[in-house]
Amino acid sequence: MLEYKMPSLGADMESGFLREWRVKPGDKIRKGDIIAEVETQKGIVEIEVFDEGVIGELLVGADEQVPVGRSMATILTEAEAAGKTPEPAKAVTEKTMAPPHHIRSSPLARKIAAEKGIDIAAIQGTGPEGAVTRDDVEHALAAQAAPPAAALAKHKEVEPARPEEKPVTPAVEAPPTAPKEPAKATVTSAESIRMAVAAAMSKSNREVPHYYLETRIDMRPALTWLAEANKQRPVKERLLPAVLLVKAVAKALNDVPELNAWWEDGLQRKESINVGYVVALRTGGIMVPTIHEADTKSLDEIMLALNDLIPRARALRLRSSELADSTITVTSLGEGGVETVFGVIYPPQVALVGFGGITEQPWAENGMLTVRPILTATLAADHRASDGSTGSKFLNAIKTYLQHPDKL
Amino acid sequence: MAGNLITYRECIKQALREALQADERVFVMGEDVGRYGGAFAVSKNLLQEFGPERIMDTPLSEAGFVGAGIGAALGGMRPIVEIMTVNFSLLALDQIANNAATLLHMSGGQFNVPLVIRMSAGIGRQLAAQHSHSWEPLFAHLPGLRILSAGTHEDARHMLAPALADPDPVIIFEYTSLLNLEKELPTSINQVDIHKAKVRREGKDISLITYGTGVYKCLAAADELAAAGIAAEVLDLRVLRPLDDETILASVAKTNRAFIVEDASRSVSVSSEVSARIMEKSFYDLDAPVQRLCGAEVPIPYPKHLEDAAVPQPAQIVSAIKTLLQHA
Repeated sequence: MLEYKMPSLGADMESGFLREWRVKPGDKIRKGDIIAEVETQKGIVEIEVFDEGVIGELLVGADEQVPVGRSMATILTEAEAAGKTPEPAKAVTEKTMAPPHHIRSSPLARKIAAEKGIDIAAIQGTGPEGAVTRDDVEHALAAQAAPPAAALAKHKEVEPARPEEKPVTPAVEAPPTAPKEPAKATVTSAESIRMAVAAAMSKSNREVPHYYLETRIDMRPALTWLAEANKQRPVKERLLPAVLLVKAVAKALNDVPELNAWWEDGLQRKESINVGYVVALRTGGIMVPTIHEADTKSLDEIMLALNDLIPRARALRLRSSELADSTITVTSLGEGGVETVFGVIYPPQVALVGFGGITEQPWAENGMLTVRPILTATLAADHRASDGSTGSKFLNAIKTYLQHPDKL
Repeated sequence: MAGNLITYRECIKQALREALQADERVFVMGEDVGRYGGAFAVSKNLLQEFGPERIMDTPLSEAGFVGAGIGAALGGMRPIVEIMTVNFSLLALDQIANNAATLLHMSGGQFNVPLVIRMSAGIGRQLAAQHSHSWEPLFAHLPGLRILSAGTHEDARHMLAPALADPDPVIIFEYTSLLNLEKELPTSINQVDIHKAKVRREGKDISLITYGTGVYKCLAAADELAAAGIAAEVLDLRVLRPLDDETILASVAKTNRAFIVEDASRSVSVSSEVSARIMEKSFYDLDAPVQRLCGAEVPIPYPKHLEDAAVPQPAQIVSAIKTLLQHA
């Protein structure tokens, strides 16, 4: 028997609300199936499963807050399932309220939590020996009732995050007037996304020693090639320059794999090259969906992926693997008109590539001065994980690939 | 101000005089209570005022004179038997436990024993292991007795009258370490309820539950805690048997935390009983485990610094409660 646990959908995630089970006990599941919808600060995420088998028991109920790492369901092997009639989900409601035995909490805290219907396991205890006390429960209730206000008040004490995209990302705007699903007590809002960004960026600025490199790239070959390529495509399939940038980054990582990594208790190189692409939300804040294995995808496949991911990111409907798998981040502020982006790395990744807008600029080549469409590419990299020469090799690789777009 | 201050000793003496004046069935007997004026001068001059039939010196025979007191009570008198100190009470334990406490039951409800026994108790006067006892828990264990602890001047002054009015045996613990302590006696109070514990100071953050010499220690600790922003409630149990659950549980329901202080050694003590009752009846009001500060489990040492270390001191109470509430 396996346990399915609440996945971490980012370094900043502590818990999520189970909004809906997509499976019931007895359902067969395969790797990659979506088994639940979980609401995080970043919206409703479709949670995928990475095992095969049969759903045994659902351990948490709808709208329950579940800490990262806590069991949500049991998964049986086919053999186990055959020997056992699948249990109906009747146990779910009972289990919802009863805190697991290992949670330290005062009797009073348990009573209040049970009365108010809050999961005591999701509360950080501050009492004797880390026990959850009445104060802790009341703080959690207050935070649940008014997450933005509470979170804002708390975060004011934290040193301000270095905004990743100051030039174009607007400050927190008024929250959307109508929440997507008004019937549910939803925690997602522009403010909570702002807080998620704030937490991740604060952590990054606090812990990651960044170094920055910059290079200017002549985009004439790439744009010329792109114009030709698009002529032969129907309007819907036309490629955007972003596709070339993503692909160039992915291929450059093949050459310089040191930057395709996470820093978690030391450097962990990643096999797959999963490029996170920053999507600015209209209500403020950003989402970073993942283009999986971008180095193996064709330009058209990358374009398809972007066309699929960007609207879903804006609707806050991404899958768990699309939020948590990125091994590097690309942020492109071309549309905003800035020339240079100095980014903040999204932990636990170790590098972020920033692209500014493509602008016409004087360009000296072969002793001649001319005008070319120029793109400024920057690298923000984690100096724990790599050094300047590695970063330099990487940026130059991107530059080279963009000179030969036909080979991308 | 000085005119309003009164020693704990004087409180007891006034109570005795008032009782002797109020009811001619009342008499005092014990070792050295008459000619000597009481081992602690509590009954000084009462012999001259009330005569040898009502202030009776007895031989050094606790079993004998406590038994005589029981007989007098059965015979219609209202004896106040003074056992010089709690240390000697064990010699009378058979009379107390087997006769005073049981006769109502053994007689099928025919014979009440309206006896009051006063005894000096407590630790803190460098009297060493054989004369420094806090044996309230030992007596509070015995069904058939009402056990009172006079931890304040108010109770020293006003507990005796209701104890005498009680038709059954009552033991009052008085504290030698408090005898010379001067306090203002509230004039508004002229009787105390010997069935109820008393909140000596209101607070919302934690209940300091105590009795006897712990009362003034806890009040001092509460003053200091107030300066640190902690509102401690001080609950004087006052009646150690039968315990006043209602007042204890109401206080815990208010503060959600209980801290019990007593001079008696920890094991099988009043605090262990109070702690158990809180857990049994107020479990879901508790926001922290019940904690206790009790006497050390040792024969009380003679040297001053070791004697002080053997019983709870206000500074320890303050520090323990600050630790308990650290997170708040």
